[in-house]
Amino acid sequence: MSAIVEQPPRASSRRNRWIGLAVVVVLLGLFAYSVQDWHQIWKIVSAADNVPIVAMLFLVPFFTWLGIKQAHANDRLIANLEDDKSLAKTHHRKVEPWRPGWAKELHVWPYLVRIEFLAAVIVTVVLYVWSIALNAPLEEPANPNLTMNPSKAPWYFLGLQEMLVYFDPWIAGVVMPSIIMIGLMVFPYVDSNPLGNGYYTVRQRRFALNMFNWGFLMWILLIFIGTFIRGPGWIWFWPGETWDHNTVVFDRNRDLHEIVAGIPGLGFLQTNWIAKMIFGAIVVGGFYIIGALFFHWLMRRGKFRLRYLYKPKELIAWAREPDPFEEKLLANTSMLQYATFQFFAISVLLAMPVKLFLRLVFTIKYVWVTPWFNI
Amino acid sequence: MADSNDPKETKQLTGEKTSVGLVERAKDTAVSLKDRALEEAKEYKDPQQTQLWKSIFRVSHERSDPRNRSLAILSNVFLHLHPAKTNRDAVRYQYTWGMGGITFYLFIVLTFTGVLLMFYYHPSKIVAFRDILYLEHDVPFGKLLRNMHRWAAHLMVITTWLHMFRVVLTGSYKRPREFNWCVGVVLLVLTLLLSFTGYLLPDDQLGFWAVTVGTNMARATPMLGNEGPFGAQLGLTPYNDVRFGLLGGSIVDANALLRAYIWHCIGIPLVASIFMAVHFWRIRKDGGISGPAPVMLESEMKVLKKK
Repeated sequence: MSAIVEQPPRASSRRNRWIGLAVVVVLLGLFAYSVQDWHQIWKIVSAADNVPIVAMLFLVPFFTWLGIKQAHANDRLIANLEDDKSLAKTHHRKVEPWRPGWAKELHVWPYLVRIEFLAAVIVTVVLYVWSIALNAPLEEPANPNLTMNPSKAPWYFLGLQEMLVYFDPWIAGVVMPSIIMIGLMVFPYVDSNPLGNGYYTVRQRRFALNMFNWGFLMWILLIFIGTFIRGPGWIWFWPGETWDHNTVVFDRNRDLHEIVAGIPGLGFLQTNWIAKMIFGAIVVGGFYIIGALFFHWLMRRGKFRLRYLYKPKELIAWAREPDPFEEKLLANTSMLQYATFQFFAISVLLAMPVKLFLRLVFTIKYVWVTPWFNI
Repeated sequence: MADSNDPKETKQLTGEKTSVGLVERAKDTAVSLKDRALEEAKEYKDPQQTQLWKSIFRVSHERSDPRNRSLAILSNVFLHLHPAKTNRDAVRYQYTWGMGGITFYLFIVLTFTGVLLMFYYHPSKIVAFRDILYLEHDVPFGKLLRNMHRWAAHLMVITTWLHMFRVVLTGSYKRPREFNWCVGVVLLVLTLLLSFTGYLLPDDQLGFWAVTVGTNMARATPMLGNEGPFGAQLGLTPYNDVRFGLLGGSIVDANALLRAYIWHCIGIPLVASIFMAVHFWRIRKDGGISGPAPVMLESEMKVLKKK
């Protein structure tokens, strides 16, 4: 019964694995070559309070792999059962082995309780070793007259602190966290897909998983930037660059309307505050419309394959033709669910990287300037 | 028979005033008491058969028939949140990663080490920092205690995130578990707040500036902070806005330390405990652990609304 699941990985997936490994090795090599100051890296990585985020850099990929591995096993089973309807009627529908006559349930005492006990013992041992090996940091006594530079929040809030670069404090510190938390809470209510409840799968929940993982990845990335890249004065130092306290950056941050005002005939945007405000409202409104179209397009795409990158015809076909299964999922979604999803997706999942890009690459500070608030 | 005049019998019957001495009688009593004690001690050889044991443990954990195994869970207050039986594949490590359970265990570790730390700590600007130095250098195992509290807190943030990640990957937030997911999100926020409020307590530069940066954001809350949108229009100043409420003043000082301490040790743990109780209760009420469930097929999915 479990035999149908055991298939050797396809040649293409084995090839992709080698390509992936080669890319990682090359990137690591380039990184090692570009490092000027290993001591600086060591100082950041070995800071006791940074241990958790360094650990996360390994834990997140590991658990992603663990989940994806099981998802692929389930996906192969699903594909087999879709192809063979008579097997689907008799199969126990799990990759875990099962034979008729085996009990489907176990007694919690002792089969679960002993695992919990073991887990508690292991966690305790890990904590003891960690606590003996590494001391909790303790700086000088608090001194309001001596500002720490860089003065950083605990690592799990560094994502928020990094957001302060791209948004005003009321957005980065208050509105964004609130939207993220509410967005997480509405997640189960806007995901109308009944499949994939209680088992790992990618093919049945591609879009939902991509959206969540995109958010999670962005969060980890912001923390990574805040921890490893932001030095004194919250200035961008590439990993391996020395944190120089005397560094000065001549960023000429401008607002979007100031750039547009350079176009002949639009100079009034520079002076008239009502025009500025209307301009910004149009830009933000336009962003929401384009964002909605983007997500509407994205949620109906099928699986993206690596070979599309060098086969443009297939790429165009993928971009043009919606996936029938994803269309079916969309048909199951109510208007309210759809609109709610669009709002949170555009406001967080899209706005955050777009503003990051505008700020870091084009040094644009605000896109919407009003007398009361700036975005 | 009735008129038997056997002198020996008479002696025994009349008791005390016979020729047998007091010492001998005491010896007899002692021997009989000893026999009785030995007799009773035999019964104590198996402590599980004693009244004391049976009053505490209602069922034997030794016999492994299904009824006893179920009762072992159901009749134990610490274990009764478990069901008697569970999905045979759910005990595989790779399905749940054990992250939810580990998070709860870390909360217990933090409560335990936290209470011990409270014995040595005064939430006062004058001695708070010195208490930490005292703890690190003079209190037996004080340094270990503080380290454990710190690292368990960090670990709890990590395990909470990984727990959420697993729940998403397995689609466990789906019907009927939507509400429990929301409770979980609240618990995530409370975990972060617990960790953050603890950051200030050593009253060192690290905590001071982290909390200064953190609470400066509160100053910019729309309509609640004096520098936020519409704050000035609503008459907010540094002395009456939400940041003032959080810090108990306009700067991070003695009142902020006390407030952080009370939120950290009493307020948030209390709220978190209530949410945890709901979280665990709802796991059972929503049908226990979500999987590994039998896979559903795309071809079996019904389209709810035709448009």
